[in-house]
Amino acid sequence: MTEPATAAVTPITVQVGGQPHALPAGCSLAALVEQLGHAPDSVATAVNGAFVARAQRAHHALADGDQVQCFKPITGG
Amino acid sequence: MTDSHTPPDEATWLLADVPLRSRFLLGTAGYPSPQVLQQAIAASGTGVVTVGLKRELAGDGSGAQGAFMDIIRASGARLLPNTAGCRSAREAVTLAHMARELLGTHWIKLEVVGDEHTLQPDPFELVAAATQLVRDGFEVFPYCTDDLVSCQRLLDAGCRILMPWGAPIGSGQGLLNPWALRTLRARLPGVTLIVDAGLGAPSHAAQAMELGFDAVLLNSAVAQAGDPVRMAAAFAHAVRGGWLGHAAGLIAAQDMAVASTPVGGRPFDL
Repeated sequence: MTEPATAAVTPITVQVGGQPHALPAGCSLAALVEQLGHAPDSVATAVNGAFVARAQRAHHALADGDQVQCFKPITGG
Repeated sequence: MTDSHTPPDEATWLLADVPLRSRFLLGTAGYPSPQVLQQAIAASGTGVVTVGLKRELAGDGSGAQGAFMDIIRASGARLLPNTAGCRSAREAVTLAHMARELLGTHWIKLEVVGDEHTLQPDPFELVAAATQLVRDGFEVFPYCTDDLVSCQRLLDAGCRILMPWGAPIGSGQGLLNPWALRTLRARLPGVTLIVDAGLGAPSHAAQAMELGFDAVLLNSAVAQAGDPVRMAAAFAHAVRGGWLGHAAGLIAAQDMAVASTPVGGRPFDL
């Protein structure tokens, strides 16, 4: 049975660093990273606490309620 | 011209198969400015610097962090990213994979804290994370306590390097338990041992090296010094001095005086 056409456009909400972020359904992690203003190779990403490699972001469709984290290098001891 | 008093193997040592000249590993956090950090790295002579990872919300272009990484890259030092802030093996494994992708190194300073007050490493989560990360191809540098048995479990997990604390992070107390560190050195003779955390003064670093440790790693004692650049140089001298002292063979301590001048008794029989 075919999905109703409206399902594809129902927005989802993901948490980015704990902040809610509305996205179109089916949005990829790569698209979110771009939307957030990060150069693709400037951040590392995780979804729901699991690492998602840069090469996999375009294939990783986000789901409603996902927790997304982007990390950058900082000073450290 | 070769200095006849220079041990032939002093120039380099191997850290995870990588030849290094300095036995001083330096942290990069908490310096008064990026310029001071840059100068401190140079003054330390270090070949390895630690970095962390931080969660970001929105993109900030290159910005301050971009400048920081430029300084680090320009120093020529190898990067040792850490998993600071992690409280479980799962978190640490995820962060390690992120660090490897971002920074292009399979070296990871594994930190899993088990107590908020002392920031004491959690030995159980540490072993679990180390086991997974070694399987995933990482060179794991675990920040651990000086407990011999948990150190042995980390070796069983595949670690080749151990980084026991001298004292709690940032406390500057020096080596709180020299006996435990000496015991680690004696029981694990072929393992690369690095004292990490708690050092406050150059003499603490010298003491660690005199115990036979391979290197020291520190941050706050330099970054928060009145003159971080000069302190970096002071630690570099202390690390080298302590290592040379150990290599030269320290005399055994005695309870009583032992005369050093061979006068053969009293100078006058009056």
